[in-house]
Amino acid sequence: MIELANAAYSYGGGDILTELNLRLAPGSFHFLTGPSGSGKTTLLRLCYMELLPSGGQVNIFDTDVRNMSRDQVANTRRRIGVVHQDCKFLDHLTLAENIALPLDVSGRDAEAELGNLNELLSWVGLSKRADALPPQLSGGERQRAALARAVIMSPDVIIADEPTGNIDWEMALKLMKLLVELNRMGKTILIATHDLNLIRNVKSQTSARVLRIQNRRLQLAGADL
Amino acid sequence: MAILRKLSTLLGGDQKADRVVPPSGYTARLTTFTAGAMAFLAVFALALSLATGRLADRWSAELARTATVRISAPQGQMEAQSRAVLKVLETTPGIKSARVLTDAEQRKLLEPWFGPDLPLDDLPIPRLIEVVEESAGPDIEGLRLRLAAEAPGAVFDDHTRWRQPLVSAASRLRLLAAFSLALIAVSTAAMITLAANAALSANSTVISVLRLVGARDTYIARAFVRRFTIRAFMGGLFGTLAAMLAVFLLPAAAEEGAFLTGLGFVGWHWAYPLLIPPLSAIVAFWATRAAAFKTLRGLT
Repeated sequence: MIELANAAYSYGGGDILTELNLRLAPGSFHFLTGPSGSGKTTLLRLCYMELLPSGGQVNIFDTDVRNMSRDQVANTRRRIGVVHQDCKFLDHLTLAENIALPLDVSGRDAEAELGNLNELLSWVGLSKRADALPPQLSGGERQRAALARAVIMSPDVIIADEPTGNIDWEMALKLMKLLVELNRMGKTILIATHDLNLIRNVKSQTSARVLRIQNRRLQLAGADL
Repeated sequence: MAILRKLSTLLGGDQKADRVVPPSGYTARLTTFTAGAMAFLAVFALALSLATGRLADRWSAELARTATVRISAPQGQMEAQSRAVLKVLETTPGIKSARVLTDAEQRKLLEPWFGPDLPLDDLPIPRLIEVVEESAGPDIEGLRLRLAAEAPGAVFDDHTRWRQPLVSAASRLRLLAAFSLALIAVSTAAMITLAANAALSANSTVISVLRLVGARDTYIARAFVRRFTIRAFMGGLFGTLAAMLAVFLLPAAAEEGAFLTGLGFVGWHWAYPLLIPPLSAIVAFWATRAAAFKTLRGLT
């Protein structure tokens, strides 16, 4: 699905990440951890083509990202759901409209898929907040809504960047439960987090690999987890 | 058919795409106002172009078909020389008709300079003979030689020295008006590009989110292009209608053909200004499209 082969990313002459080797197999669950500023978000951005590698290769769905046209990038992104750390909502649209945005931009009829949308809102516990604007939502509601938007296109891969960063423990567990459910449905999951307790909690429910970024390189985390 | 389908999609609009990109107030007003002002100016430039065209044609045609013979002779010889000139003209091929201007006609010609009741008999004023040529015209040099022999005080004036500068001035004015129209189109494109760039910058977050959720460049560009095209069309329509009304209310062309009173449209020329709103929309379409794709190419 997503494969990094000796990939590197540098900015302003300095290496941010180097010798990255990773293969996300279909249906796998991966955590990405590391200290703040280690490059977790940069690696995720390489995985959904917001950044292009400065060295090595990044293949997504068997295509080298450097060979993709702009339309191909757009089409590929429809197969990858992303939960951003800051959610990236459009503040002038309602919650329901924000969640349906990937349907709209891909030309699918959001009206026709209203049933799916309502089901999704109910799944993330936001049925009653459909008409609220993003600034009116709490941190937890925003993260759950971001997850709903990430999965509305039924993507093959879900990438989440610190999805529990701004919410309390109870809400974080709820969100993780939803992600585990998605993984059980066959979705490939990649989550960046520095919360080791959360990782332990999920590992008790499902089989997950934990990767760590250290010294700009990607390593398999040890038994301390 | 494909073009019609695209046009229909553009005008019919995509409510979702429109909703996704929030309307930016000041760029909307700026675009509509600019398109309106430019259309207003374009109508006047067009009117000027058409009026100078008409004027050049009229001057050229009227002066080309007529000539004047001026006789300056002592009072005692005036009648004899006039008769001699008329005789020469009557026998010259290419001359349709010739007649001596009456005192009343000469007085009317001089009235703007000397006022009414001019005592023509007391003044040494030359006698004028109006000559109307046939389409082929006479042999000017031969005619001049014959006149010099028969009536030494007669001077044949075929109006060339008047006609050429007038026609040349009118043609230059027409060229200037056409150049002004081109300048207006380019300025409209530049202003709309600036407004589109401002709107694109103001919505950079929206554009980046749309790209991240899988929007293609055409989807994002369409929302901006459609909005600016419609604004330019509406602004152009208001500006054109206002200018057409202003032109319509200008004083009617005077009999003397005074240039300023002849600045307007005649007959089916009134249809020309109606091309300005769609042209304004086309300029806006391409300017916004180019600006949008240029901005989008800078994003991943």
